[in-house]
Amino acid sequence: MSRPDPAHTHDPARPLAPARVLDVDPLLADPKTRIVVCCGSGGVGKTTTAAALGLRAAERGRKVVVLTIDPARRLAQSMGIDSLDNTPRRVKGIDDSAGGELHAMMLDMKRTFDEIVEAHADSERAATILGNPFYQSLSAGFAGTQEYMAMEKLGQLRARDEWDLIIVDTPPSRSALDFLDAPKRLGSFLDGRLIRLLTAPAKLGGRAGMKFLNVGMSMMTGTLGKLLGGQLLKDVQTFVSAMDTTFGGFRTRADATYKLLQAPGTAFLVVAAPERDALREAAYFVERLAAEDMPLAGLVLNRVHGSGADGLSAERALAAAENLEDARIVDQEDGKAGLRNSPDTYGSSDSSTSEAPAHDRAEAPAPEGGSPAEDAAHAEDAERSVDQLTAGLLRLHAERMQLLSREQRTRDRFTALHPEVAVTEVAALPGDVHDLTGLRDIGDRLAADERELPDPAEDSDLPEASA
Amino acid sequence: MSRLQVVSGKGGTGKTTVAAALALALATEGKRTLLVEVEGRQGIAQLFETEALPYEERKIAVAPGGGEVYALAIDPELALLDYLQMFYKLGSAGRALKKLGAIDFATTIAPGLRDVLLTGKACEAVRRKDRSGRFAYDYVVMDAPPTGRITRFLNVNDEVAGLAKIGPIHNQAQAVMRVLKSPETAVHLVTLLEEMPVQETVDGIAELRSARLPVGRIIVNMTRPEVLDATDLELVRTVPRSTVARSLSSAGLGGARRGGHAERLVDPLLTQAEEYAERYTLEHDQRAVLAELGLPLHELPLFAEGMDLAGLYALARALREQGVS
Repeated sequence: MSRPDPAHTHDPARPLAPARVLDVDPLLADPKTRIVVCCGSGGVGKTTTAAALGLRAAERGRKVVVLTIDPARRLAQSMGIDSLDNTPRRVKGIDDSAGGELHAMMLDMKRTFDEIVEAHADSERAATILGNPFYQSLSAGFAGTQEYMAMEKLGQLRARDEWDLIIVDTPPSRSALDFLDAPKRLGSFLDGRLIRLLTAPAKLGGRAGMKFLNVGMSMMTGTLGKLLGGQLLKDVQTFVSAMDTTFGGFRTRADATYKLLQAPGTAFLVVAAPERDALREAAYFVERLAAEDMPLAGLVLNRVHGSGADGLSAERALAAAENLEDARIVDQEDGKAGLRNSPDTYGSSDSSTSEAPAHDRAEAPAPEGGSPAEDAAHAEDAERSVDQLTAGLLRLHAERMQLLSREQRTRDRFTALHPEVAVTEVAALPGDVHDLTGLRDIGDRLAADERELPDPAEDSDLPEASA
Repeated sequence: MSRLQVVSGKGGTGKTTVAAALALALATEGKRTLLVEVEGRQGIAQLFETEALPYEERKIAVAPGGGEVYALAIDPELALLDYLQMFYKLGSAGRALKKLGAIDFATTIAPGLRDVLLTGKACEAVRRKDRSGRFAYDYVVMDAPPTGRITRFLNVNDEVAGLAKIGPIHNQAQAVMRVLKSPETAVHLVTLLEEMPVQETVDGIAELRSARLPVGRIIVNMTRPEVLDATDLELVRTVPRSTVARSLSSAGLGGARRGGHAERLVDPLLTQAEEYAERYTLEHDQRAVLAELGLPLHELPLFAEGMDLAGLYALARALREQGVS
């Protein structure tokens, strides 16, 4: 107790270096890197990561297109792609002094599907398909098609060869790797016996040698007809036979896109936040990618917290806060009460004239459970001691240190299971990102191979009333 | 109160947890609720710390006060076979369809059939009665797809009824829509006090309303306790650093002089307070946005150490105290 040594207390929450550090800059700079796929569970900052990587690569001289699936509106607006027209648009306002370009597009599933049909069927057949009610429903985005269309669009962009780097954000799938499974699933459906069954009545009608098969068929189509209603079955059959000629194309393209993902030049980044569920999902991604021979570049760990005072443990901070909150005891112990309460220190913070705007901001809506009456009481109770504030600062710090140690534990667990995966950490921001400056900032954080902790020595811009 | 309670929310907001807590909260004395999972993630089993749920309704918890919670993880493939069996007694034909890939097709690729089955199964549970004519479940709580897909998911039967203009599928689709668009149903949205989830909630409500689907409550999840209040935060901006240093020193954290341990803590601690202030303002703004929607608003606390069974019961208690049951 008599030998306080807070700055040198070793805290178990202190970050350890990960097994391997993911350095995104060489990855983005390497001309051999042609595709970067960002995958991860929902709500971990996938789209923001994809956009930030795109911006960073472009400002370092590469010609980049970012394919986003379902960006938050303000993020999309920040890149000027709030119109959903399925065409890459050039993003203005980037630093193009290195000769790079940034394009961005938002996936329009239906449009992408239509384009495939138009590209693979003659115009008459295409018109039949596009007008089919069954097709219209299918293409507008039910389960599986979004994932398939994202991969399809990736294949298209790659084939155009207009960009030297394509960064893909993956759909917020219900299960992690739907976007990998969907092309195969659609392919196997299109190649499957069901298709032959549905198209069969038209093709096989009346052939004696097929009699046995025909009985089965008519039983089946009869069942389907009963179930779906005759009109729908007819729609489905028309759809399927109209698409018959394009099936080969679909399957070939699904296979090609799948191979493209496995090829050198593609890099997968698994995006996660240092939370139990997100990292569990990330571990699943890592395993699936390995099983599918997909090249994993590493893990982007978003929203990692740090502290400029990580030498002060949560326990010590809480103990100190308790000391302050029972001020009388502390006063008796060190006899400094007079100093703390002297008018030259406390009094100066009481002048409200210069801090009027700050006052307005702080007086904003009532905190949870707070009533106007309580607020008024708070306002009257303006004689709040610095000790109370300091105790609050210490409690806040304790909370931060506990968060740090939790994040560290979940991350350590991941690293222990997957020591081969390189990790980059992105320090948490207090707010959301919705402009290029914010994206650039995220890019800087992504590239830094250490956490960017606030350095106490550089925090000279903190307000100080007496200054 | 609505007997079908649908819980949606942006990914990462904890909608499965909230759905489970709601199912517990609604299972007051003598009541029975069914918690339905439609996304095949086995999130409910994880929350209730049981093994993976099969496709059958089984009791997973007894609520405080004696109510019962049943759970069902709907498997679309089995639901389809179930459905075929129920309507057509298609035992072997069903298996043949499966062999042909028709079931795969129907449940993964066919327009909305998967969603039709999921919503259909939930509505069936809502309407089911036992021999005495009493509802089998007092409430059905659905852990539904995320906000971005919820309207389309619930509305799928409208689309199907349009596609299959006659026949049993058409009739079934219409029956489901009658439940979903009635006061029998309430769609709740779970959000966090962050910009993106709040924006998605606002957009989601507009979509639900324009599709005439009944919007229920907004549940703000994972709210953090207030450590510094508005007065503290004002003081953070104005307080002389030296007084904080002396205060830290008096708490036993080292010297207050320039370069002393306590003095070196001041800037990082104030930086953290500034970050807190930024978040505090943002959260207040987001609360205001949510309040404007004019819906019942509930708040549930964050369990910093992660969610477990005890936490789940605590959330259920909080929901009851806030009057959801």
